[in-house]
Amino acid sequence: MYTLAELIALAGLADAIYLTVQALTGETLTCGGSPDCFRVLGSAYARVAGVPVAGLGAAAYFGVFGLAVFAACGYRRAVQLFPWAVTGMFLATLWLLFVQAFVLHAFCRYCLFSAAATFLLAGLAVALPRPSPPGL
Amino acid sequence: MRRFLPFALVACVGVGALVSGTLLYRAKMPVVPTLTKEQSILAMNGAESAHIRGERDAAVTVEEFGDFQCPPCADLSDVVNQLVKDYRGRVRIIFREFPLTTHAHAHQAALAAEAAGLQDRFWQMHDLIYREQSTWSHEADVRSFFESFAGTLGLDLERYKKDRDSDQVQARVTDDEKRAVKLGVTNTPTIFVNGIEVPRDSLRPDRLRAYVDQVVKSTPAH
Repeated sequence: MYTLAELIALAGLADAIYLTVQALTGETLTCGGSPDCFRVLGSAYARVAGVPVAGLGAAAYFGVFGLAVFAACGYRRAVQLFPWAVTGMFLATLWLLFVQAFVLHAFCRYCLFSAAATFLLAGLAVALPRPSPPGL
Repeated sequence: MRRFLPFALVACVGVGALVSGTLLYRAKMPVVPTLTKEQSILAMNGAESAHIRGERDAAVTVEEFGDFQCPPCADLSDVVNQLVKDYRGRVRIIFREFPLTTHAHAHQAALAAEAAGLQDRFWQMHDLIYREQSTWSHEADVRSFFESFAGTLGLDLERYKKDRDSDQVQARVTDDEKRAVKLGVTNTPTIFVNGIEVPRDSLRPDRLRAYVDQVVKSTPAH
């Protein structure tokens, strides 16, 4: 299960790196003529204090990947932290989907891909067995 | 050994992410040299400011009067940019606004580019507007669409909106239009190379390249 989480986190990481580079360079060929893509990636919601949201996403995916790797190797702390990290990403994704649907009225395909990756991670986090309390 | 495996794996992915991000960033960054506002004023001998791409002392000056909603102008923009790259130091490009009234959004596009110019991103906006011409040309609310371009380029949005509606930006467009009228420009694209108007039949991507090649060969470098 954790191996699957690693693969999903890697896919999310690749997507987030691509969007971060796009945000830093102003390169937009990837939108492929989609006006919605510009509306989302060019909106005020695409940055937090000047930092591209995609960059924060890349850091989050990398963190979740690391936790999944350590959890797969039996590191107890990683097993405990993994669902919390995914929950944080899940809530952030819900907020971003809300913004796209009800504020911007536009969806960016790369953001939807990332949302799908996070939903899959959340599904895995729910399906994984709960870590037993310390000392048991 | 197995103890170090997760550390090694995470480190590999971290390094891989950094390297691939850096390579992608370098591949996508524009490599065409552009002059800052101050350098442009110097290059024009202080007479006026202009948007200049290339070296300020280049022997060959390509002055283009363009309309962002004109499809042939968009077709030529790649060729013109390529000229600066290929003849680094020998060719410079000056872009002048000449939005035609027949194009509903051309004036707004010019204002958007000029407003971006006040934050030193004229050429990035210029390239983006031309590249995505087919995307915005049929938009109903083109002003907010250009705002999303400004956001994509990382501009200060509030400042961009204020600048776009300012007299300063309007005056920049008007100044270019006055120069166009003075030179007898009536259509776009109109291009002058070292002050001589390029014949209309040479204003096609392949022919413009050949025309400028010829001028560069016959002009001694400074």
